[in-house]
Amino acid sequence: MSNAIATWSGDYYQVFAIILFGIGFISLLLHKNLIKKIIGLNIMDSSVYLFLTSFGYIDGRVAPIVADPTAPVQMETYINPLPTGLVLTGIVVGVSVTAFSLALTQRLYKKYHTLNLDEILILAKREEV
Amino acid sequence: MRPFYENLPFLCIFLAMLAGITTSILHSGKWALRISLTALTVIGAASAWLLYATASQNTYFVYAMGKFPSPWGNELRAGPLEAGLALVFCIVMACSLLGGLKDIFEDILPGKQDLYFVMMDMLLASLLSMLYTNDIFTGYVFIEINTIAACAIVMAKDNNQTLVATMRYLVMSLLGSGLFLISLALLYAITGHLLMPQLGESIHALFVSGLYTEPLTVLVGLMVLGLSIKSALFPFHSWLPDAHGSSTTASSAILSGLVLKGYIVLLIKIFYRVFSISEVRSLKITNVLFVLGALAMIMGSVKALQEGHSKRMVAYSSVAQIGYIYLGVGLGIEAGVVAAVFQIIAHAFTKPLLFVSVGALSSTAGHEKKWYYLRGAGRRCKLAGIGFTLGGLSMVGIPLLAGFVTKLYLAQGATLAAWQTAAALAALAVSSVLNAMYYIPAIVQIWSSGSTCQEMGIEPRVRRADPALVVSVLVLGVGVILLGVCYRPVVGVISAGLALL
Repeated sequence: MSNAIATWSGDYYQVFAIILFGIGFISLLLHKNLIKKIIGLNIMDSSVYLFLTSFGYIDGRVAPIVADPTAPVQMETYINPLPTGLVLTGIVVGVSVTAFSLALTQRLYKKYHTLNLDEILILAKREEV
Repeated sequence: MRPFYENLPFLCIFLAMLAGITTSILHSGKWALRISLTALTVIGAASAWLLYATASQNTYFVYAMGKFPSPWGNELRAGPLEAGLALVFCIVMACSLLGGLKDIFEDILPGKQDLYFVMMDMLLASLLSMLYTNDIFTGYVFIEINTIAACAIVMAKDNNQTLVATMRYLVMSLLGSGLFLISLALLYAITGHLLMPQLGESIHALFVSGLYTEPLTVLVGLMVLGLSIKSALFPFHSWLPDAHGSSTTASSAILSGLVLKGYIVLLIKIFYRVFSISEVRSLKITNVLFVLGALAMIMGSVKALQEGHSKRMVAYSSVAQIGYIYLGVGLGIEAGVVAAVFQIIAHAFTKPLLFVSVGALSSTAGHEKKWYYLRGAGRRCKLAGIGFTLGGLSMVGIPLLAGFVTKLYLAQGATLAAWQTAAALAALAVSSVLNAMYYIPAIVQIWSSGSTCQEMGIEPRVRRADPALVVSVLVLGVGVILLGVCYRPVVGVISAGLALL
């Protein structure tokens, strides 16, 4: 029993990350409101960052910053820095995509005065005819 | 001392980005165009050199980015396949820009024309990076850059229709890249690597030991799903006709001809380098791709048949043609993938030819895009008429044209497949007939005498072909014919390149 709990506590970041990914994915796919879609996108991205950092982190260790260059490097005191680097890159990508989506949403709002994608599609169809 | 040509992949990507950055501070559409075309020429020449160097020695090389060695650092990799595709991408992009030149300067606001070419340079940089990268996370980053640039060139026309189309394209694209990102995170969690060769070793070890089969299936499924949403495989194609049908001519040509292919090439590279084609087959992913590809070939054509709008019809035909590529990959054997890569090249030449021709044809009828009003348009702009006829016949699969060779190799590959033979041949036959059913009437319509656009109050006008259009249609048309006649060297390079992957 205690073993099961130990495994659970090690994994629960990842379980939450996957649940969050599902929430974000469904919001991006199904929400009618464009702003909520973009929030969904951000939840989806953040969940992957959580997922990546969770297995880069090792309990009881610190960030690999060498304060004293003369001291011997002790590998076993550091966490894995690579996932953190990936997350940083991911955040940059996420911010630019969000900015682009928001700009596009703003333009659509100026033209159609609504944020509801279904209404926008109906209005656009009417224009075509 | 290693040979100089090993620097070329990095220099090509860097030059494309540099061109984009320089263009963004110039504020001049004309200069932006010149810089883009120069960059495309130089990169095309460099890719040709790289193709010659790697294909003649039948070798590939790995180029380390930065100081860190293999398991940690970032790498580029180039062989005959990558160099050849880079060359094709450069030629097609330059021709699409030239062919749609008039429309670019008419459709886009004068103050924003330079930004269009910035996006074009970014698109080229991201396509090249997706071709050359050896690091799967770098692949993800450039997928996102590609998405933004592709959406930006759709919305460049800036009318209500393209804005709505861009929104739909953006949402679907972001879903696709999100799925790719989570599958990549899972892959990293299982193996602890991001470089393709190291990933490959870990995955092979896992396959031998039989561990982690379910997570591997799930993550390959997510990855394939993500990339097939982005490359508009049926049933995820709903965004494509709007995005490709409403944007300006050059954007449509490049989106259909190149952007969709970038993702598929990345998928093929992952299938070969991270997994192997037999491992992918054992996960049953190829079967799914085969069925969806066959459905796409038929449903794309059926949809195109119902379409009265010329550009949307050509866009739906892309859905069918993407189906051919996935059908080839879905055969799950070497011969099928060779046919798929050949189709990538053939379609990269044919579809921009069709879009450029349709753009020029519709300009003779007051930019009206419905087939009904395009009656006689081929007589008023003969060059575009010939271009459309050539492209249409290639799609139908007339011998001596590129489309025929694809079908030939797909059919040959299908005879070697495990269970797919009959289904693949049937899908090929049905789809060829359907292609003929909408391309032949369209060709007849544009060459018929008389004109119908007066009914709209538009005076039909003769368009004399400008030099840019001539170069574009000529190069793309000659490409289609050459691929149909001297296809053996091309197939040779593709097979050699795939064998080296």
